[in-house]
Amino acid sequence: MAKKPKIIVIGGGLAGLMTTIQICENGGEVDLFSVVPVKRSHSVCAQGGINAAKNTKGEGDSTDKHFDDTIYGGDFLANQELPRKMCEAAPGIIDLLDRMGVMFNRTPEGNIDLRRFGGTLYHRTAFAGATTGQQMLYALDEQVRRFESEGKVTKYEMWELMSLVMDEAKTVRGIVALNLYSMELQSFAADSVVLATGGCGLVFGRSTNSTACTGSAASIAYQNGAYYANAEFIQVHPTAIPGEDKNRLMSESARGEGGRVWTYKEGKPWYFLEEWYPKYGNLVPRDVASRAIFKVVKELGLGVDGKDVVYLDLSHIDSKTLDIKLGGILEIYEKFVGDDPRKVPMKIFPSVHYSMGGIWIDTNHMTNIPGLFAVGEVDYAYHGGNRLGANSLLSCIFGGRVAGPSSLNYAKGLEGKSPGSEIFDREVKKQESIHENLFSAEDGENPFKLHEELGRLMTDNVSVLRYNKNLEKTDAELQKLLERYQHISLSDTSRGANPVLPFARELYNMLHLARAITIGALNRNESRGAHYKPDFPERNDKDFLKTSKMKYHPDRPMIEWEDVDQRWIKPRPRKYD
Amino acid sequence: MTEIQKTVRFKIKRQKDSETQPHWEEFDIPYRAGMNVITALWDIAKNPVTANGQKTTQVAWDASCLEEVCGACTMVINGKVRQSCTALIDHLSQPITLEPMTKFPLVRDLRVNRQRMFDALKRVKAWIPIDGTYDLGEGPKLSAQEQQIGYVLSKCMTCGCCVEACPQYNDRSEFVGAAALSQVRLFNLHPTGKMQKEERLETIMGSGGIEDCGNSQNCVEVCPKEIPLTTSIAELNRQTTLYGFKKIFQK
Repeated sequence: MAKKPKIIVIGGGLAGLMTTIQICENGGEVDLFSVVPVKRSHSVCAQGGINAAKNTKGEGDSTDKHFDDTIYGGDFLANQELPRKMCEAAPGIIDLLDRMGVMFNRTPEGNIDLRRFGGTLYHRTAFAGATTGQQMLYALDEQVRRFESEGKVTKYEMWELMSLVMDEAKTVRGIVALNLYSMELQSFAADSVVLATGGCGLVFGRSTNSTACTGSAASIAYQNGAYYANAEFIQVHPTAIPGEDKNRLMSESARGEGGRVWTYKEGKPWYFLEEWYPKYGNLVPRDVASRAIFKVVKELGLGVDGKDVVYLDLSHIDSKTLDIKLGGILEIYEKFVGDDPRKVPMKIFPSVHYSMGGIWIDTNHMTNIPGLFAVGEVDYAYHGGNRLGANSLLSCIFGGRVAGPSSLNYAKGLEGKSPGSEIFDREVKKQESIHENLFSAEDGENPFKLHEELGRLMTDNVSVLRYNKNLEKTDAELQKLLERYQHISLSDTSRGANPVLPFARELYNMLHLARAITIGALNRNESRGAHYKPDFPERNDKDFLKTSKMKYHPDRPMIEWEDVDQRWIKPRPRKYD
Repeated sequence: MTEIQKTVRFKIKRQKDSETQPHWEEFDIPYRAGMNVITALWDIAKNPVTANGQKTTQVAWDASCLEEVCGACTMVINGKVRQSCTALIDHLSQPITLEPMTKFPLVRDLRVNRQRMFDALKRVKAWIPIDGTYDLGEGPKLSAQEQQIGYVLSKCMTCGCCVEACPQYNDRSEFVGAAALSQVRLFNLHPTGKMQKEERLETIMGSGGIEDCGNSQNCVEVCPKEIPLTTSIAELNRQTTLYGFKKIFQK
């Protein structure tokens, strides 16, 4: 009997686990790599819920309306086939998660309850308290553990991707990974490789992301020739608690359950979102809300107490309802700020949150590198120029249902001999020499300090408001940081569980990804979704209804443009007032 | 007028690996309002110099979400096991001591390997054995009350606080610990999970199972998610006893 196809999945969040389940269910075997035990992946941070037009509230919701909201919310930038299929599959996905035991909140009749979210007028979001991502991740983690106990999955937790192994035909044949406990480098062969490595919030220093969300793996694929698409589309979430170590998300579901955003104007509360956007009110999409808060604070100077914060207010809502529906985020606010949001309004400010852009994939989730697939936040395919709240969990699960079978089919169709050991040995040696260089450097700059500079640079110049002059300067600064990177040294040169070495490797990859994001923003002279240039305030479909595709070049990222598939929905002006 | 920078004193247990003897290092970290232990550890990463000016290495510790939903950054802070992200400096007396958890193999400094907890989840079959991911229609109905009970149990992050505080959990015993036991209760109350109730009870009736619980009730005291672990264990005692009787009479 032929050997079972072997697939490497990198990343054990929702997308990676769903991909793994699909591969196992269809007869493949998976080596699952993760920089943390998979149960601790960043998906746990998703709070508010997952969208599906189940139409259980008698509102006449439909998967077509969900599809339209998604494309409209994304300012028409998404190619339409995958989002359309995703919205159609969504009600079935909720049922599947329910069968796996996800503790979704219930109606009095025992059905799954739905709540409102941004960018739609329907109740469409299923939720498990305010820790929906955590609850979904745990359900998939349990299913994967079951496959693990049957020998179909081998987990490599606390291993980090260092490079891809490519053959002469530029096909992916495996990876080189670093054991984070021993600093041992090892190569692993596979018939196909799936990247499910999440977003890149750490490129901006502080974001709502977990510490693992460096974008390092995406950058490795990009530096190996994978297109990085729509890099410039970075979502800034309107409501986060600013913090020294990270900005903590206060879910959009707070507004979905009736939370109101306000500040003082002339001594009285001013509900500016409700005033400016009477139709959607506090539930305008995230890009719109973040820009509004920026305007109130930075332009009008009306931040609370003159600071960079406005209020997010739940105090008018019954506290028992709040506990059942939003307990998880109330707890976060209480534990980190010390105030009780049931009684006083929360102080929040926008924060970098999500990357709509990512590795370019086709409708089978394969990148332009044969054998390499991408799924989850690391792909670019579902959210266009701005993601709607509660669509991310959905795109992770749906994407896994596509990427799993596709990567398996590709593996089954592989012909010819397996590659010899030389290409693996060569790649391991290459990585070893990079590490030896880092270990032997002395008295250089500290990589954590460089990262701090990177974060400040990107947050100041490449987030909500973008000016070409500043973007040009930012790219010049990034090149200087790359130059200074050549002179870093590690505070720790031991070969045990050394925490500095992997961070230094990630930093290099972050710097290249930062350039792709910056150059992407510089080239797109329009405003669309999360990408906003005050000097080009309008959307320009004639020139820019196009996917930007960044190709790595050591001197300067090269940009290509690709037309957007608009088969089902034609672009129209995007307004929420 | 120049303001004197307030600093925070840390005392951190350092250990290169499980073979090496531990030693303590002290650090003075500039104080900022609202800072937590994680912020201080990052300050050390940026400037690994001890309080008496000695160059040292960055401290190794685990972290991921930084909002107490992933469980990664658990350690012993001022003698109490907890997550370091929610450990706010303003609420801690100084010097703030940081030590690794003691019930797991040490990797380095504050980092330990909690694989044993994940293995326990495997042992107790903490999952719902669905027929497949293809479309099989809606899941079972669940009352809002059942959902509320289940949700609290399913918030367990496998962080290790409960077993760190447990006198019965150590490298000489096989005890699966409160976290895994509570998961048995969770799956045994789910309408589908119930169907494999007895299979799951079997996994906790032998050595290392529920009888190894010494009823110290420390677990429930330290659980950051306020999971009613002792209630779970009492409920499972009832279930295993009933199942034990059933097995005797069915023979």
